[in-house]
Amino acid sequence: MNIHEYQAKALLKGYGAPVAEGVAILKVEEAEAAAKSLPGPLYVVKSQIHAGGRGKGKFKELSPEAKGGVRLAKSIDEVVAHAKEMFGNTLVTAQTGPAGKQVNRLYIEDGADIARELYCSLLVDRSVGRVAFVVSTEGGMDIEAVAHDTPEKIHTIAIDPEAGVTAADIAAISKALALEGAAAEDAKSLFPLLYKAFSEKDMALLEINPLIVMQNGHLRVLDAKMSFDGNALFRHDDVKALRDETEEDAKEIEASKWDLAYVALDGNIGCMVNGAGLAMATMDIIKLYGKEPANFCDVGGGAGKEKVAAAFKIITADPKVEGILVNIFGGIMRCDVIAEGVVAAVQEVGLKVPLVVRLEGTNVELGKKILNESGLAITAADDLDDAAKKIVAAIEA
Amino acid sequence: MSILVNKDTKVIVQGLTGKTGTFHTEQALAYYGTKMVGGVHPKKGGESWSSGVDGTSLPIFTSVAEAKEKTGADATVIYVPPAGAADAIIEAIEAEIPFITCITEGIPVMDMVRVKARLDRSKSRLLGPNCPGILTPEECKIGIMPGSIFRKGSVGIVSRSGTLTYEAVFQTSNEGLGQTTAVGIGGDPVKGTEFIDVLEMFLADEATQSIIMIGEIGGSAEEDAAQFLKDEAKKGRKKPMAGFIAGRTAPKGRTMGHAGAVVSGGKGDAESKIAAMESAGIKVSPSPARLGKTLVEVLKG
Repeated sequence: MNIHEYQAKALLKGYGAPVAEGVAILKVEEAEAAAKSLPGPLYVVKSQIHAGGRGKGKFKELSPEAKGGVRLAKSIDEVVAHAKEMFGNTLVTAQTGPAGKQVNRLYIEDGADIARELYCSLLVDRSVGRVAFVVSTEGGMDIEAVAHDTPEKIHTIAIDPEAGVTAADIAAISKALALEGAAAEDAKSLFPLLYKAFSEKDMALLEINPLIVMQNGHLRVLDAKMSFDGNALFRHDDVKALRDETEEDAKEIEASKWDLAYVALDGNIGCMVNGAGLAMATMDIIKLYGKEPANFCDVGGGAGKEKVAAAFKIITADPKVEGILVNIFGGIMRCDVIAEGVVAAVQEVGLKVPLVVRLEGTNVELGKKILNESGLAITAADDLDDAAKKIVAAIEA
Repeated sequence: MSILVNKDTKVIVQGLTGKTGTFHTEQALAYYGTKMVGGVHPKKGGESWSSGVDGTSLPIFTSVAEAKEKTGADATVIYVPPAGAADAIIEAIEAEIPFITCITEGIPVMDMVRVKARLDRSKSRLLGPNCPGILTPEECKIGIMPGSIFRKGSVGIVSRSGTLTYEAVFQTSNEGLGQTTAVGIGGDPVKGTEFIDVLEMFLADEATQSIIMIGEIGGSAEEDAAQFLKDEAKKGRKKPMAGFIAGRTAPKGRTMGHAGAVVSGGKGDAESKIAAMESAGIKVSPSPARLGKTLVEVLKG
């Protein structure tokens, strides 16, 4: 689960991290009052969407020469003018895709005098099974490009969970970032508190890009991207409350209510599969035969008839879907349960597109019998290859 | 021969009394009499559990340590729900159970970071979490794999995905090859057993004449395994291998069902894994429906 920059900064501030003063606004009328509450004379107006690359992004509705999704302002009037241009418009960045995202929230922040821009992120380094700091002196830019072009400028420092962030760890991070003086002093509290926040709140990623050294020599968190481990949300009601559903796909929200692993994609063959690996492989094989999947959908191992029906309805409700492929290898999941769920969903919402079903494994004969006796126009497939060929042929017909 | 588990493996169940634990314990008992020897429940010690299928009765103990002492168990399987699963694994580590399998899906990653630190200074091996378990045909079934598709034979199977393991098992059975052991290492980012650990065991196992390895996007375990295989090949240790990587079409930055299946920060994409595996001499099938056929082609040379 992702949250907005202003929410991430508020959370970090609660742990004692140095962040600028700022006010989040939900209406353009609030811009003036927000700016007036800040010290000035420099302000930053930042679009709040769940995607990076905002500064270089462009608004669809504005001319190509118009400024991007993060803007400097030197007066309160300028803040208001920017807010009017940005609010409600669609920001397209390298990460949003061509459709872009509507800006419904702005963050007005006190400006900073920047001396150096650094990169700092925390994530779980799976090769060692520990939380690691990934740091670089090359902040403020696309870190993937830095990793590609100058990998020697990226340093990874993994933290022993039983010792926490030690003095040696802080020294290693500070050295990698070439911190001196006041910044090196700030580092002694900043890095342990970032680790504490990451661990206590079960984050999946905390990315501060840039972390800045100001003209006065101190450190400040200038941007913050935060995402959380969905499996740990059950113990963080405070984090769950930060969810902004307007940033998410409606089909994915509906799927999450049923505890379905569903990801909306751009193609036109809907898929319903059991198991994450098989679900990915089903997408891959559709592509192998020249078509694109409309979604990833893993109904899981223990799904009942109702959950299967819910999944099928979410898939058929997608207007892009021109054909559906159901691929089940029953282990725990019984083929008869899948068949009953599919039949129930079709009886309720109808079936306007071709449907190919491949069943294998536990109770396969019973499952096939249920489908055959349903009288529905379902094409049966022998194996995954056969199923992919049949659905591709059906939508081309 | 086989790896990790065989007809002598004695297994206890943590989470036996729940619906999932009950169902799969009944299935395991029905699979060539896998030696299920007891269950653990902190409040139900002294009671017993009976199979709804054949009436087999198993004793329930208060702790893993007690269960191990009374039954001589050398393996445990965990069906405890996510919030308590990490503590269940740690209890098994502290009781010095040699082989721990955790089926539970959805354990918070930070809990697994804690488990991993504890595991690293123990003598236990952990398989999983978020895995289908392990099965040695006609001898021992730990976890949730469907026993009916297996056939005793010569292929070692290792996979991050449950259902793709079943595909590989089913297809190698259909080709008449059969399996020595199938191992599901699980779809979580932080786990106990990695590809390299299992590949080392398959290379050492005489009965295993060929290997199927199934990976997916996310992390670099497949690349690490490819490097390991290259290094071992230089020492003359090599077996015919076929493979598959799921997630070629997955969009970057999106988690695809498994917590560990995500391409992030420009790392963990399918193409680099496929290239690494091919360079280590693994024939990577473009289609998950052709795992068995691909292996047969490799074996024919």
